[in-house]
Amino acid sequence: MRAAAGSVSTGETRIVVSVASRKNLFILGGGLVILVALAFFPVFGSLAWTRRLVDFFLFLALAQFWNLLLGYGGIISVGQQGYIGMGCYALWFFADVLHVPLFLAVILAGLSGAIIAVPSAALVFKLRGGYLAIGTMVLAEMYRMIVSNIEATGGGSGVTIQAATEFGNESRVSGTYWWALAAAVIAIAAVYYTMRSRTGLALKAVRDDDLAAESSGVNLWRTRMYTFVIAGAGCALVGGILAISLLRIQPASVFAINWSAYMVFISVIGGLGTIEGPIIGAVIFFVLRETTSGYGGWYFIALGVVAVIVPVWNLGGIYGFVAKRTKFFVFPLRRKVKILGDGPGQAEPATQEEVSA
Amino acid sequence: MEWVNSAVQGILLGGLYALFATGLAIVFGIMRLTNLAHGDFTILPAYLALVLVGAIGLNPFYSIPISMAIMFMVGYLLQRSLLNRLVGSKIAIGVIVTFGLSMVIQNGLLLGYGPNSQGLDAGKIENMSIRISENLSIGWLPLIIFLTAVVVISGLQLFLVHTRMGGAFRAVSDDHQAARLMGINTKHIYAVAMGVALGIIVIGGTMMGIRTTFDPLLGNQRLIFAFEAVIIGGMGSGWGTLIGGVILGLAQTVGAQILGPAWSIFAGHAIFVIILAVRPQGLLARTVLAKGVAS
Amino acid sequence: MSLLEVENASVYYDDFQALYDINLKVEEGEIYAVIGANGAGKSTFLRTIAGVLSPRRGRVLFEGKPVDHMATHMRVVHGISMVPEGRRVFPSLTVDENLEIGGYRKRPGPWTEEKIYELFPLLLPLRKRQASSLSGGEQQALAIGRSLMSNPKLILMDEVSLGLAPVVIKRIYDAFQTLLDSGTTILVVEQDVQHVLTVASHVACFLEGRIALQGAPSELTNEQITAAYFGV
Repeated sequence: MRAAAGSVSTGETRIVVSVASRKNLFILGGGLVILVALAFFPVFGSLAWTRRLVDFFLFLALAQFWNLLLGYGGIISVGQQGYIGMGCYALWFFADVLHVPLFLAVILAGLSGAIIAVPSAALVFKLRGGYLAIGTMVLAEMYRMIVSNIEATGGGSGVTIQAATEFGNESRVSGTYWWALAAAVIAIAAVYYTMRSRTGLALKAVRDDDLAAESSGVNLWRTRMYTFVIAGAGCALVGGILAISLLRIQPASVFAINWSAYMVFISVIGGLGTIEGPIIGAVIFFVLRETTSGYGGWYFIALGVVAVIVPVWNLGGIYGFVAKRTKFFVFPLRRKVKILGDGPGQAEPATQEEVSA
Repeated sequence: MEWVNSAVQGILLGGLYALFATGLAIVFGIMRLTNLAHGDFTILPAYLALVLVGAIGLNPFYSIPISMAIMFMVGYLLQRSLLNRLVGSKIAIGVIVTFGLSMVIQNGLLLGYGPNSQGLDAGKIENMSIRISENLSIGWLPLIIFLTAVVVISGLQLFLVHTRMGGAFRAVSDDHQAARLMGINTKHIYAVAMGVALGIIVIGGTMMGIRTTFDPLLGNQRLIFAFEAVIIGGMGSGWGTLIGGVILGLAQTVGAQILGPAWSIFAGHAIFVIILAVRPQGLLARTVLAKGVAS
Repeated sequence: MSLLEVENASVYYDDFQALYDINLKVEEGEIYAVIGANGAGKSTFLRTIAGVLSPRRGRVLFEGKPVDHMATHMRVVHGISMVPEGRRVFPSLTVDENLEIGGYRKRPGPWTEEKIYELFPLLLPLRKRQASSLSGGEQQALAIGRSLMSNPKLILMDEVSLGLAPVVIKRIYDAFQTLLDSGTTILVVEQDVQHVLTVASHVACFLEGRIALQGAPSELTNEQITAAYFGV
């Protein structure tokens, strides 16, 4: 299948801009098979492993959203934990206070993130670059403080998600597993479709040059707001699922800056600005976490060292390093230009220039 | 009278925040680098002082010059070897790298010293105060810190305006390419700037360690205070950071008066948010388009 | 030995080749003009001499010494100074301070702040003004003065007449002789072809990254120059 995004005919030669190729279709098929297999995991797999995979998919989702902010929008956020935490508490609010069915409460938690993100973005967009990053940190802190200091939300000791306790342990873990898997898929899909759309191209442009992007008609503010809202909703959705998984949420842990550390590490080591990168990063992170669980502080130092060394070595991370050499991209986000036809000396698609992301 | 007391405390606290803010502002102004480990660099000197006090039995105040020299070199080398590679990149990759650095420092300190709060003992001065009136007394220590901040900031302004290197700092901050065309070795200037910034926060960090307690994870909060003071005061203005620090300090102490101690820091955040929303370039910014802020 | 010798220099921006095998000699005490259409590579060439860019192939020799991979700031020490395109005075510094920074690397020579103000009297009343508040012509004068403060042997001027009123341009060109008298050789990139050819002793016309024509203006006809300029 040539998903021909556009073609131009000039006599004998045709120029086709395509996004996907037969190779990618193959991968897509393979991916669907994997997805189905994963969906059945809780049925066959152990409880312990199902729980682990819940965490894995949540981390993966978070990293995708973080990457959407940075890799495509040029926004570095170290405050997404604010949305995770708010998502947790939103879930508690909808499920326990308003007695909304748990399934719906999760969705509403995600939406809450989107709603909070709007004024947050309006405020934080008055800053740029590094100062914007600190601004996101401040906001996250403010959310934490509000929740911590109010009696109604349980103060510093947090709350229990009563609605989730009604389910047996196994069904709760299975439920959160499917939710987490869904979150990861939604995250990847959101990033993929954002990048393929016109907004996606806009974001790529924004990332490279504000002024250039604006002069070509891109509404800078709107596209960045859009990214921020999606990321906020996504992280809040993860928060909602996390709340059910944890059963008891406390401000100190759900609003911890550690979440940002995880997102940074996964994205950086895997590769910024790609979808494949965070997947690889999440796997590495997961392995690291499982193998160093006894080492506490060293674990975080290792995360930190990676965040220091890897960007200096190669911004594209491990995936970028590998992909550049093998020219193998799983998610076809790059637009390939093929010059076909009877033009001089062209039997094969001779020119495959990639409009790089 | 409680109000006056709070206000005075707030102003004096502001001096401390101004010192932290100045360091952050120097690094951002000259290298356009946002150092997320900045707050942790304010905690390090306190631990350094612990080491020096433990090893030589020195009064922590006297450890300051030694720590300044050490941290200056650390800053110079850090900038020259690692952070210089990040200057001039289009996305704020420095944020990521310094975030990682922050993780390393925080957790390194955790491993070395544990999570418990520590304090520095400077002797009698910690409890001495000047009695202004029946209900108002000012602690010597907070006063010294504030005056030190004023001296440092004045010194910095004099340095920037009246010395050859200070002029180079300003030129690099304006246009680093053009500065190179003047024969200025920007790689060296960046490193000196980082060294100076760290030297300045040693003063604040050690003094704060004497005044209150410190622990490895306090860095993020300090970073936020420094940042808020910079934004409130306005960038591109040396005295702006002092004003910014003072306003933040006031917001915190007066906020504690009004809302209760639990909301003290939040009150500071609230003032910051208001200023950001209403006058993002800060109170004293000379130009509307202050660097780092889009208005 | 020529003051400046460029041998087979090829300069790239990442993968894009901007200059192809440039060969050029500038003698001491002359005004050398570089002309060409937009995008021909004139500024790239100047930047290579100044050290902002390095040639991937070829050499740049200054007073016989290879400088092609010397850092920008070191070239100032050796006597090369550039007045960049767009002036690029330091906006937050005053006129005085801009000149002072120009003297960051002070080499032996006649240029001082006083001498600069003699050369450009229009700057005198503006001494304490912030450079950002100056007009285009004033900024251009300041930028030239700033570059002179290091007493360079070779001053590079990138499109100094761009966007300026004719009377201002005349004033700048009048200053050229004073520069030469003080021992500074001038390599000037210009859009205003006619004017620069009246003062230059040599001219090179760039076209798409190559030198299409080189020689003394007195020996070249208008037709030749036009042809080289437009590549017809």
